[in-house]
Amino acid sequence: MNALVHGALYGVVIVLCLLTTVAFGVWFERKFAGRMQSRLGPTRVGPYGLLQSFADIIKLLQKEDIIPADADGSLFTLAPVLAALCALGAAAVVPFSPTVIASDLDIGVVWVLAVGGLMVIPTFAAGWSSNNKFALLGGMRAVAQSVSYGVPLVLAVLVPVILSGTMRISGIVAWQTSHHWVAVWPVIPGLPAFGLYMLAMLAESNRIPFDIPEAESELVAGVTTEYTGAKFSLFYLSEYVHTLVGSAVASALFLGGWDGPFAPGLHWMALKTLTLFALVYWVRWSLLRFRSDQLMDLCWRRLTPLGVALVLASAAWVQFAPGAH
Amino acid sequence: MHPEWISAFTFLAVSALVGGGLLAAAKVLRVRARAKPSELKLRTYECGEEASGNAWIQFHARYYVVALFFVLFDVEAVFLFPWAVAGRSLGLAGFVAVTSFIVVLMLGWLYAMRKDSLRWL
Repeated sequence: MNALVHGALYGVVIVLCLLTTVAFGVWFERKFAGRMQSRLGPTRVGPYGLLQSFADIIKLLQKEDIIPADADGSLFTLAPVLAALCALGAAAVVPFSPTVIASDLDIGVVWVLAVGGLMVIPTFAAGWSSNNKFALLGGMRAVAQSVSYGVPLVLAVLVPVILSGTMRISGIVAWQTSHHWVAVWPVIPGLPAFGLYMLAMLAESNRIPFDIPEAESELVAGVTTEYTGAKFSLFYLSEYVHTLVGSAVASALFLGGWDGPFAPGLHWMALKTLTLFALVYWVRWSLLRFRSDQLMDLCWRRLTPLGVALVLASAAWVQFAPGAH
Repeated sequence: MHPEWISAFTFLAVSALVGGGLLAAAKVLRVRARAKPSELKLRTYECGEEASGNAWIQFHARYYVVALFFVLFDVEAVFLFPWAVAGRSLGLAGFVAVTSFIVVLMLGWLYAMRKDSLRWL
């Protein structure tokens, strides 16, 4: 009973915080992209256009809901709900501070990988059920890409698990705190693993330079081609939430989570998460898109062996380095 | 069930409410745009042309190869996670065992690489 109340309470608070952060994150990205391209970005709604995302959401919710006659209606409606569920659900085990955790699962790392990895299913469901060639191609590419980059992602996540000897995310943060993560990471395979994680996360959440599933110049809008109004906004939201939760997990697993001087843990966690989140958008507006085959080659021929090497290196470090215990 | 699991699944339920709630809110807010379906509006989008044929088609076999490799490496990861936690207590024997496991797996990877199966043709 107590656990139910705890989960519900923290669930509502954390989900609302994530959604609000995403709303302002979208504003930030549009402003940022605008400045990079010598534009102003949104300026009209609220001071500095801060309320732009809220106006957009209200507009999208009022739009007519169109389900194409040839589409698989129920799957078409279910897919965006599932996408939001998978994107938000992964945050259940993320420790935002020593006390702000919805559920401190002993296999938190596996939960994040499993729930976050399920994102492929709603994405492909959307692509398939639309019965649209652009959507189908986008869905197929998304599955191939997310599934492939799931491998380096898992291998990168294994590194902190091996080093700390626990799958509880708060335990991994505690290990980093007691082992001076700022000083120790570069020596052991932590830093390359962090880079590998960020690359794989970009690919998992279909962000440039890995955004071929919705390459707008060839696939219109990928899986969301046939989506309108509220359902489209759910896909849009869950894409951003996925990136945000991915950044939060990266901060917890590789950047010491809530650990930091002078300020409360929650502030440090938020700072680290938002910095990584902003980094993703900086990359997005700076780089070009990979070609399909380059993307798969990079994953299977380069990143996968790199991940395996990092796993072996961290295993050796735990086994042979003095004072690793 | 362990209390942490109850919390985790409650969190999942809350996340499901977001999607359901947003669709329900849209139903209420859509007062000005009552659905006015017309045959043209409900037609599949294909750049304005008449859609030719169905999109539910067969896939290229290369997707199958990717899926196969994924299963291989993901099962590897499933085996590695328990070892990752128990690595310290297993000592040198555990390290040797897992190293040989990974080496054998990577021999397979090398074979696939030489056969050009990892290339997206």
